[in-house]
Amino acid sequence: MSKMHLKLTVNGEAVETLAEPRELLIHVLRERLNLTGPHIGCETSHCGACTVDLDGKSVKSCTVFAAQAQGAEITTIEGLGNPDGLHVLQEMFKEHHGLQCGFCTPGMITRAWRLLQENPNPTEEEVRFGMAGNLCRCTGYQNIVKSILAAATEMNAAKEAAE
Amino acid sequence: MNDLTPTAEERAASLKGIGSTRKRVEDARFTQGKGNYVDDLKMEGMLFGDFVRSPYAHARVVSVDKEAALAVPGVVAVLTAEDLAPLNLHWMPTLAGDKQMVLADGKVLFQGQEVAFVVASDRYAAADAVELVEVEYEELEVVVDPFKAMAPDAPVLREDIADEKEGAHGPRRHHNHIFTWEQGDKDATEAVIAEADVVAEEMVYYHRTHPCPLETCGCVASMDKVNGKLTLWGTFQAPHAVRTVASLISGIAEHNIRVISPDIGGGFGNKVGVYPGYICSVVASIVTGKPVKWVEDRMENLMSTAFARDYWMQGKIAATKEGKITGLWCHTTADHGGFDACADPTKFPAGFMNICTGSYDIPVAYLAVDGVYTNKAPGGVAYRCSFRVTEAAYFIERMIEVLAIELNMDAAELRRINFIKADQFPYNSALGWEYDSGDYHTAWDKALNAVGYADLRKEQAARLEEFKAGKTRKLMGIGLTHFTEIVGAGPVKNCDILGLGMFDSCEIRIHPTGSAIARLGTISQGQGHATTFAQILASEIGIPADDITLEEGDTDTAPYGLGTYGSRSTPVAGAATAMAGRKIRAKAQMIAAYLLEVHDDDVEWDVDRFAVKGAPERFKTMKDIAFAAYNQAIPGIEPGLEAVSYYDPPNMTYPFGAYICVLDIDVDTGETDIRSFYALDDCGTRINPMIIEGQVHGGLTEALAIAMGQEIAYDDMGNIKTGTLMDFFVPTSWETPHYTTDHTTTPSPHHPIGAKGVGESPNVGGVPCFSNAVHDAFRPFGLRQSHMPHDHWRVWNIANSLGLHD
Repeated sequence: MSKMHLKLTVNGEAVETLAEPRELLIHVLRERLNLTGPHIGCETSHCGACTVDLDGKSVKSCTVFAAQAQGAEITTIEGLGNPDGLHVLQEMFKEHHGLQCGFCTPGMITRAWRLLQENPNPTEEEVRFGMAGNLCRCTGYQNIVKSILAAATEMNAAKEAAE
Repeated sequence: MNDLTPTAEERAASLKGIGSTRKRVEDARFTQGKGNYVDDLKMEGMLFGDFVRSPYAHARVVSVDKEAALAVPGVVAVLTAEDLAPLNLHWMPTLAGDKQMVLADGKVLFQGQEVAFVVASDRYAAADAVELVEVEYEELEVVVDPFKAMAPDAPVLREDIADEKEGAHGPRRHHNHIFTWEQGDKDATEAVIAEADVVAEEMVYYHRTHPCPLETCGCVASMDKVNGKLTLWGTFQAPHAVRTVASLISGIAEHNIRVISPDIGGGFGNKVGVYPGYICSVVASIVTGKPVKWVEDRMENLMSTAFARDYWMQGKIAATKEGKITGLWCHTTADHGGFDACADPTKFPAGFMNICTGSYDIPVAYLAVDGVYTNKAPGGVAYRCSFRVTEAAYFIERMIEVLAIELNMDAAELRRINFIKADQFPYNSALGWEYDSGDYHTAWDKALNAVGYADLRKEQAARLEEFKAGKTRKLMGIGLTHFTEIVGAGPVKNCDILGLGMFDSCEIRIHPTGSAIARLGTISQGQGHATTFAQILASEIGIPADDITLEEGDTDTAPYGLGTYGSRSTPVAGAATAMAGRKIRAKAQMIAAYLLEVHDDDVEWDVDRFAVKGAPERFKTMKDIAFAAYNQAIPGIEPGLEAVSYYDPPNMTYPFGAYICVLDIDVDTGETDIRSFYALDDCGTRINPMIIEGQVHGGLTEALAIAMGQEIAYDDMGNIKTGTLMDFFVPTSWETPHYTTDHTTTPSPHHPIGAKGVGESPNVGGVPCFSNAVHDAFRPFGLRQSHMPHDHWRVWNIANSLGLHD
């Protein structure tokens, strides 16, 4: 099958790759761009393990053709924080035991990162509703919710301190 | 003179040992997307495998035409049973002593069964080719009901063994019968039931479901033809057992096979078994000389690898009119699907179902289990439980509720008067187990007090009056459960899988500068072993947990062990870790005594050091000792500081817990609103309270799923009706309630550190607790038993059948 020339901005860097038009974004990210943070859990948009940020929205990259992402700005878990400076969400997930097997975690944190931009002061109920597109089989969500609320508090405190 | 500050308490705290809420060392990697799961592996020239699967539940395979598939660019091979037969790999042994087709050998026995394996240069080409493999089927009569499967004229499912009168577990009495397993005293139990004041009888069905870890099963097989070595990466909960089985069935010498479990995205029993995808990947790699990856998709996972439960449990429970239980009888019909692929210890074809006397002092009991073949997927794995313990707990906790109805008694009080008393431990149960320890009354009272049980019952009674007066359409249910688990399989004298004794192991190497690496025979799938086992070691050898690397899952480096499932890691490998630590300490004692120029008996252990008795300022820390072990010639002592322990536990451990759920039910919509859930767990010594709490939250949520909506359902034609996450219920953060956790601590008397294991308790206790709450809401209207899952439709149906919509 002939390939198309894809140009994307991924985690702040311009990237180009060739891909079949039918290739799913998750496969392009994982196999062509070696970004194996987002995972594949269901391939039907239910589990959210493949969640990435596409032009300012959380999307499930297992049901987006890479072709649809032509020219888009994409952020994956690899774009949030780095070993020398974790994102506060990453810190809080560790602090509050918001993960166990780690398979849902990249999608979960990437979604939470967008959620906290949409709503910097969520209630517990709003976090539970806003995260309902991401499944976790290990934690029962209680500590995930706690981690996200703690991150919101930290981020707001940091913002206030900066102002 | 040494300085005696910091104090012993400060030094102990800095170790982050047993009891510390240590943050997980795994998390830096996982939160940054730097986990290494099997689908993340990439190798030069790697090929992808994908299955052609049967659309029928029972059919003869007339022909397989590969031609069009082989013409797809990138396709290198299409394997069928015919190709595997010369290698004798078209069938494989199951962990339950049965055998299973790797690829359809003449017929298929369940929808989704593996028929052909396509190997191609990428996953898209493989998927294209799967569509082009032409298989001609001849449909056969389908049996999905295990009772119908046992009818005299039922179709023969397993033609390969139709005439065999003996199975792996004794006589077979019908062509679809697998085994009968009996425990306890049948005659004495039936005599007690015949004479009892009160007998409650009920059929309790625990429906078929699936562990459904977020990561599906998969592997990468790589046969290196230059050095003759096979490396198999995969989602294996028991990598060493996989290596041994792979060697036995392939004929490749065991030293030439290296099995590696990388990070595993949840297991819950799904990843214990050996699946056709593993065998086909290995064969494909041998044939092509290239690495071959196979990762199932979610539908394949739900359709073909490892269902759980599907037990029809007919029960009778006898009691005096005061409520003292006098006997328990149970006959279970176990639906195993097309092949018996349970993952139970060999001598236990129905797992530890004989823990079904639960937390109660029941003088006489009888259990019989009949295993049956049907046209459903094979499996019968322990989904977050120790070998059928969840079924057993659900059975007894439902029977107790039904007995309470029969006696017109409060179910909390009925439990209390029948609990095994603290002074009866070790307790020998009527079905053959020696419960190591427990204090059920203390836990029960603590739980009832914590939730304000008496007030809840008053509120419930008031609500009922309002309901009857037409002021509300919501009923309130109070679910109670007191469960006893049996975990930590187990003693080699009675526990093995395919002849491999179920011990476990730990090997420790202390480095010269006083840090260490430990390797275990287990494998974490989210439990946080790297964090907690280092804590056990920190307390045993006085090296800070932060200075101990923990590795699992590579059979070339880790000592042999039977893996992680059945809550066995802490009871067995955790014990091995403590014992290996004690061996290190024994050698360290001799080195310390030499360095301090005193007799071995004149030094004593003090948190992180050996000190001269009566002179605590004269000491050598483990760090000092480690350095000396590598750089001083000590007469009579070998250099180095290493130890290995293979631990064969003397008994199982018996964690227990008291759970209470309060919910409201809208009788007009069938919706349930879980108001509160209180979980008290006693897992003995608590290694890391944070991780225990996390395990409890997760297990309760899996229990919520199972009790309230999750099932693997088939229609009469054997079509799976719940093959995607659209239909197969996995709770989101929105449906999941907030949990309150609590604990008592009754250490195991035989475990080196007194720990019992906790990962599965919440699933074992949670399922009956949610279910009992639903039943309890309808108790005033005469409901005795309604089968799970209690989804809105079924709950609405209960209300409807009880006339509440009239």
